[in-house]
Order: sequence, then C-alpha cells, then structure tokens
Amino acid sequence: MLKIVKYVIRDIIRSRIIIAYALILLAASFGLFNLGGDVSKGLIGMLSLVLLVVPLVCLIFGTIHFYNSYEFIELLASQPLKRGTILMGEYLGVALALCGALLLGAGLPVLLYAATATGFTLLAVGLALTLIFVAIAFLGAVATRDKARGVGMAMLVWFYFALLHGGLMLLILFAFEDYPLEKPTMAMIALNPIDLGRVVVLLQMDVSALMGYTGALMKDLLGTTTGIASAAGILTLWLLIPLALACWIFRKKDL
Amino acid sequence: MKTIFPLLMCLLPAVAEEWHVGEGKTHKTVAAAIAAAVEGDTITVHSGIYQESGLKVDKSLKLTGRDWPVIDGRNNGEIITITAPGMEISGFEIRNSGVSSLEDLAGIKVSETRGVTVSNNRLTGCNFGIYMSKANDCRVVNNEVRGKKGGEQESGNGIHLWSCDNITVTGNHVRDHRDGIYLEFAKQSVIEHNTVRDNLRYGLHYMFSHDSAYRHNRFERNGAGVAVMYTRNVEMSSNHFVNNWGSSAYGLMLKDMTDGRITGNTFERNSIAIALHGSNRMEIENNRFSENGWAIQVQRSSSDNTYRKNNFDGNSFDIAADGELDNNRFEGNYWDKYEGYDLRRDGIGDVPFRPVSLYAVVVGRIPSSVLLLRSPVVHLLDQAEKAFPSITPERVVDEKPAMRPNPLTRPLTEPSKEP
Repeated sequence: MLKIVKYVIRDIIRSRIIIAYALILLAASFGLFNLGGDVSKGLIGMLSLVLLVVPLVCLIFGTIHFYNSYEFIELLASQPLKRGTILMGEYLGVALALCGALLLGAGLPVLLYAATATGFTLLAVGLALTLIFVAIAFLGAVATRDKARGVGMAMLVWFYFALLHGGLMLLILFAFEDYPLEKPTMAMIALNPIDLGRVVVLLQMDVSALMGYTGALMKDLLGTTTGIASAAGILTLWLLIPLALACWIFRKKDL
Repeated sequence: MKTIFPLLMCLLPAVAEEWHVGEGKTHKTVAAAIAAAVEGDTITVHSGIYQESGLKVDKSLKLTGRDWPVIDGRNNGEIITITAPGMEISGFEIRNSGVSSLEDLAGIKVSETRGVTVSNNRLTGCNFGIYMSKANDCRVVNNEVRGKKGGEQESGNGIHLWSCDNITVTGNHVRDHRDGIYLEFAKQSVIEHNTVRDNLRYGLHYMFSHDSAYRHNRFERNGAGVAVMYTRNVEMSSNHFVNNWGSSAYGLMLKDMTDGRITGNTFERNSIAIALHGSNRMEIENNRFSENGWAIQVQRSSSDNTYRKNNFDGNSFDIAADGELDNNRFEGNYWDKYEGYDLRRDGIGDVPFRPVSLYAVVVGRIPSSVLLLRSPVVHLLDQAEKAFPSITPERVVDEKPAMRPNPLTRPLTEPSKEP
C-alpha cells in the first residue's frame, strides 16, 4: 500500500495543479494577514477562505484524480492486491498530498503571523476537512462510472455543505421559532462538517459570549477539552462513514 | 499691657493641638485620641495594627495615618462613622468591617454632614468601602478599595453615595465589590480618573442621580461597565470600557434616561458596548467602538438619539434594533463594513449605509441562529438585503457615512495607573 501511496503522490506533484493550489493559498493567506493589519482579522479571513476553498478543491480534485487514474487502478486490480488496499492507497495519496499543500499554503502564514491556539485550531480544522472531503469525493467517484456526472455530484455536494445547509437551517429555525431550538440547532450543525469546524474555531476565538444561552451550551459541549474531543469524534465519523462506504462499493464493483 | 495679653489670647480661637497615637505615644488607641481631642485638632496615627471598630467621629478633626497604620474591624460592625462637617481622613488601611443584613456596614461611613474629605486610604475586605449618606460637598480622592469577592448578596458597594449633593470622586481604584461606585439620589456628582474593575455587577451605577458627570475613568471586566438608570442629564466622556465580556455583560447600559452626552469614549471588547433601553435625547459622538460583539443595541422605546462621528471597527454587529426606530439619527460615522464609494472626493460616502444587517435582525429574533455567525450563507443573505432592503429597519440609516475613520478627540489624560 505504501508503494501505491508514494506513486500517487509523485504523480500528483508532477501534475503541478497541487503546487498551484498551495501557492494560491499561500498568496491569499499572506494577503489576508497583511491587509487586515490585525492578527484576529486575518484569522477571520483565513477561516472563511479555509471553509470555502478547502472542501471545494478537495471534492473536485479528488473526483477528477480518481477518474483520471482509472486505468492505473484497473492495472493494479489485475495484480494480486486487495481491492481495499488499492482504494486506501489512492485515498491516502490524494489526501496526504492535499494536506501537505494546505500545510504549506495556510500553515506557514499561520505559523508566522498567528501561532496561537486559534491559529492551530484553524489548521487542524482545515486538515480534518481535507481528509473528510477527499473521502466524500472518492465515495462519489466510486459510485458513478460517468466522469461528468461524478464531477457534477461533487460540486453539488460542495454547494450543499457550503451554502444550502446553512440556508435550510435558517429556514427551519424560522419555521420553529416558537420552540426552544438550542439543541436541534447543534444537532444540525453536527450534520455539516464545515459548520462544525467553523463553530469549533469561533469558540476558540471566544465569541461564545455573543451567543447567549446557545453559546453557553455550545461552550459547555464543544469549548472544553472533552467538547473538542467530541467534535473531533463527530468529524472522525464524517471521515470513516464515507470511506467505509466507498470501500464497500469498490469491493463489489465491476470495474 | 501685661494683663491684657492673656485676655487677648483667650479671645483668639484655641490653637489646634496634635495628638499622637501609637506604641509609646500619648494614646494607645484611636478611640481614646478621638475622645480626648476637641474640634479642629489633628490626630496622627503611627504605624501598627489597631483592632478597633465602631469609631464615631462627631467633631471636626484631621485624622492622618503615618506609614499606613491598620485599623482592623475583625468583621465586627462598622469601623469609622463620621458625622462632623469638614472632617479629613487620610493614610489609613482599614479592613474587615462586619456584614449585616439589616444595615449597610462600611469601612468609612460619612453620614448627615458636609465638606468631608476621604483621601489616600486603603480599604480591604469591607462590606461597603466608603459610604456617604445625606452628605454634601464631600471629596473621595485616591483611595484603593478592594472587596472580599463574595456573592452578590453578601458583598456591598465599593463607594456608595446615597442622597448626596455635589460629591467628587477622583483617582480611586475599586475592585471586587458588588458595584464599584454606586450613586442613588446623588445629584451634581463628578466621577473622574477612577479605575474600576472586576466587580460583580456594575462598575459604576447611577440611580436617580441627575446632573452628574463621569470622565476619564477605566471600567474593566465588570459584570457590566456602567449602568445609568432613571437619571437625567449625565455627561459621560473620555472613559475606557474594556473587556466587559460575558453572556449578559454590557459596556454601558442606559435605562430610562434622558439628556446624556456620550463623547470621546473608547469601547473595546465588550459583549454589548452600549445598550439603550427607553433612553431619549442622547448624543453619542466621537466614540470608538472596536471588537465588540454588538456596538450599539437600541430598543424601539428609545427616541431622539443622535449618533455622530463615531468609529465602528471590527464589531460582530454594529447596530441591533428590535424594530423600526423613531428619530434616531446617524450621521458621519465611520463603518468598517461600509462598501460604498466617494466620487465627489469629499470624504463622505455617496451611498447611504444601513448599519443594521439582516443577520442582526435574524439573531435578534432567533438567538440560536447565532451559530451561523460568519457562515457564507449569512454573508450572502446580508449582501442580498443590502441590494434590496426589505426586512431591516428602513429609517436606521447613515446618509453621510465617513470614508475614513474620524479623528477622535483623544482623552486629555490617561486614567491613573494602579498604585
């Protein structure tokens, strides 16, 4: 499996897209930290950047990469290798390469300008989102044979998690305005890894005081060490479930 | 001639005598010296620990501590009660007054008199620190008042003024009490250059205390910085409201007050910098609001307020209103969220700015939607609302937003530093 991972990473670096991704992130992060003038403003800008861009790039890049290396996967499948090993090798290769790009593009500026707990939480959330969304991309790519449909689905998934989910949440909140909504809201937040990541970072920035009762509840649930552990647990579920599903489908699939 | 001279001496007022209290001095206790002294005398207390309480001063004396003598009340009743006019007390460390649920027991109480000066004392662990009731024209200067940090019930106020006229409170440091400085029916008072922090409830609390002013104070990490309630005509200028942070914390809360001038203050990192409830005819000018949760929360019941030339910078929400506001005028403020342009190049934005965002309205209605803070969908909705305003209050608008931060009148002097 390690050999596959190595090969995939080398292949990805050779395509240079990932280098462009890292450089764009780097430029944008440096720009945000220098423009705002103030570290906390820079971090807020970085938060928006990471939450929007990382899932999008991971979904599209992961999907396209999977389709483009279809022949290579077929070749591997003809060797005495387990299907699970092949898929995991591909997954780890893509995910690690993207994580490396994120560490270079966002990690370096954070280390230089905002080496605080908030900065590192932001990075950790970025890495978690990378792992999760590459897994979701693989699930989509494994499920459909058609490349156009796969890429379309990836974009839809991104659109849902980045925008629609929040809109739906607002709609539900408005519809059930008269009921106590703190716990349902948090459940809905947990249903979206991007939102969960955002709230974890915001709690590090100590905005919980703005959130009144909800914030106090949230801080109790997520702000403490056990809370961060439970958020990490939910994010791990978000990683494991799509990955397991992808493996399951890939194992039964007629290539 | 020789016979007339002593006669003349008798006619002159008696020369003030100085009494000394301390180890090896005329008197061993402060109480004995007070009993011996007459009107106009000076009592100098030398360093040492005096376990006394219930000291009643009913003649005009000058009570001075040399090298910080300690008067320890051992949690037993009131320590010093002053009822004489023109009394001066300074240089003492006064600690551990009693606590009672029937009376307000204080370290130094000034009651039904005038012209008393309380200066340069340290009060620690007293239920109430300095307490003035029905006292006029008094001064409270450069004292350090520190409470015991109990619950709100067993803790009293640091400096408490009840039914007083014309009191000056300057250069004091008050912490760990219920309210740092509390004024009830205290008219024409001036509160200046004080540092008030870590109090349980309010840093400075006005009730029915008309025609007053507070300037150049620093309010830090109190339950709420300043609360002005049921009061007319208060000047609030050049104060710092910092880190009054928590789920129901304010920098400045105005409740049922009229005719206030809030100028040149700095509000930094407060949950809510200014909250206006039923407050009318306020002029809010030249203040700096930065990194607050809400810069200004206005209730509909507040009208005829003017917000001019303030700088809003890095607040999560600039203005929140619970509906359409009557006669609240916004003019020439600098908003960091303003995205307009200035083709005329006169420093005034050409398009009006609506400081209440759609999301602020939503959060006002459904508090739990605050979990969507900084989510892209919120940004998108705010932009859509800006293009076609429909839900946000129509009349809350700054017609002449400043393109650059307004130059602010700087505080003349910084609040005094912790001793």
